[in-house]
Formats: sequence, structure tokens, C-alpha cells
Amino acid sequence: MNTQITNKLPDAKPNLLNVSNLNKMYPKKLALSGLNLTLEPGHIVGLLGPNGSGKTTLMKILTGVIKDYSGTVTINGMPIGPETKTLVSYLPDNPYFSPWMTPLHMISMFKDFYADFSEDKCLDMLHKLGLNEKQRINTMSKGMIEKFQLCLVMSRKAMFYILDEPIGGVDPAARDFILDTILSNYDPDSTILMSTHLISDVERIFDTVIFLKEGEIVLQGDIDNIRAAEDKSIDQLFREVFKC
Amino acid sequence: MANQFQSNTPIYLQLVNNFKHRIVSGELTVGSKLESVRDLALYFEVNPNTMQRALAELERDELVFAERTTGRFITKDKELISKMRESVAQEIIDQFILQMSSLGFSNQEAINLFIKKIEERSV
Repeated sequence: MNTQITNKLPDAKPNLLNVSNLNKMYPKKLALSGLNLTLEPGHIVGLLGPNGSGKTTLMKILTGVIKDYSGTVTINGMPIGPETKTLVSYLPDNPYFSPWMTPLHMISMFKDFYADFSEDKCLDMLHKLGLNEKQRINTMSKGMIEKFQLCLVMSRKAMFYILDEPIGGVDPAARDFILDTILSNYDPDSTILMSTHLISDVERIFDTVIFLKEGEIVLQGDIDNIRAAEDKSIDQLFREVFKC
Repeated sequence: MANQFQSNTPIYLQLVNNFKHRIVSGELTVGSKLESVRDLALYFEVNPNTMQRALAELERDELVFAERTTGRFITKDKELISKMRESVAQEIIDQFILQMSSLGFSNQEAINLFIKKIEERSV
């Protein structure tokens, strides 16, 4: 897919995401190295890689959290900035809530911040996941906080969802429910980029996967084509590619 | 419906087989309308693109046809369905023969066991 020849007309719609020659250096560590990536609208993409492979760094760059990098990154044809942030709904790796807050506080903030946020949708999802909008966040378990975060980001009608490990702390039964929540709230014109270590639980909802290794993409493609070519599940393939 | 798919073979092919099976068994009636891609994807808990691909494959096999504005339907071609039914049966029989011979049974022994089982079941 990386090397796909594009014969698009000059006035064709820009890709949802264009990343070219992206480099990110942390002190004493190269986090991303010459990364090229394009994503089109209408896909659920799994971003897979071992710890420290650069997944979170990439997502932070796409969402404007990290600004000191070299290379070009555009979303919907625009450089990362206020315009792209309105298009992107981001679930970060660490929650950013203040302990005294309740979901209701966050909901009213999201209503102020994002024109595409639906309060009704968020409350409906919260209730379906068994959460109480008046419970203080510092009395919630890790899994409950993750569920709540996901409700917030999926209640926006964004063009691009970036979900960094959205289900790591959630029990298996709730995991399936959350995946269904993602599928049922997913607008076929938007794209979801999701990092996860729980590949076997999640791979059924992806159509595209990206393997990231030491800051470089080592594999990208249609998930069923990869299964057919390798005769393996993505989980099995991951274990082989990243064997310690 | 979660985790009903084997993750080592393409999910769209597993969906195609699921539909084929339900068409030839009559669970999906001749000429009936299919739900939307989105609803089917939700029902099977798979990516909508995967479902789309499965339906495109079924269209290619002419087991499903699309009408521009109204959606997708199961074929009305009963002959095609009965042919497909036979070919699914052939596959099952092939597998039976293969597995029995890999266990070291001769053809005649396999047939005898098969008949014995059928007689037991019909009692």
C-alpha cells in the first residue's frame, strides 16, 4: 500500500492522512525514522507494534501534542493545527481528567469545545456501559475510566478517530461490548486509527493493519489479504515478526 | 456473535461460506432482501468493509444481486441454488473420504461405517 501508484487527478480529494519522511528524535532515542503513511477515509486501521515502537509518538504528532519533529504531516490536506484538531477525536494513552470531576463536568466541557459532540449519544453510551454520569472520576476503576473516555471520543462526529490503547484495562466481556460500540458508532466515511496489544480480541474489527517496528513501518495492508497470504491470524503474525 | 470467526483465514471468505450455507439450506429464502451492509456488519460484529467485500464476492457468484436503489437480494435462480447445494455436499463428502483414508480405512470400510451410523441415527 505504501508503494501504491496513485493516478489521481490533480483536483482529487486529498488523502485523509499524509505523512512523509517523518522523523522524531527523543534525547538519545530515535522514536520515528523516515516514516511514510497515507490513510484514506472509511477504514478501521490497527496500529500494532511492541512497546517503544513509536505508536504513541506517532499518534501524539497527528494530534498536535508533539510539535518538534521533522517531515510533513497533513490531515485532510492541512498541516496539523487548530483546523485539523476539529476533525480529529483523540483518545490519549493517559486520562487527562482532574480527580474531582464527574462525567457530567467533562460532557459540558466537550459540548463547549467541540461542535460535533452529541451529549445525548454520550449519555446513552455511558448508561449502556453501566456508568453513572454523577460518579466522581477518582472513585472509578481503571476500566470504568477507559469506558468513559471512549464514550467521550466516540460521541463526536469526527472525520478521524485516533484511539491509543482504548481497551487495555477493560475486562473481556466489556471489551466485546466496546468493540461493538465502536462499530455501531462508526460512520463509514470516517477513519479510525487504533493502537492495541490485544490483537486477537480486536482484529475482527480492522480492515487494515500497520506493523510498526523501531519507528518504521514494516508491514501495511488489507487485513484479509495478509491473512490469505500468510495463512495466519494477525496475532500469530505479530508474534513471529516481533519475536523477542 | 463475537469470536465466531477463525482469525487465521480471511474473514470475508468465512462470511461468504456462512451466507452460502444459509442460502443453500433455505434459511435465507429465495429472492428475499438482505439487510444493509452496516446492519449485517454489526450483526456479525465485523468491519463494514469486510462485509462489503463478502457481499461483492457473493454477487460475483451470482448468489446475491443488487438493485440500484432498493438493496441486495438473494438470487431467484433456484437451479443455481440447487447446484451450489450439491457442490457444498461434494466438499463435505470429499473431506469425509480424505479423513477416513487418512485414518487407514478402506473405501468399503468407510462406506460400511457410514451406513451403520445412518441406520443407528434413524432408529
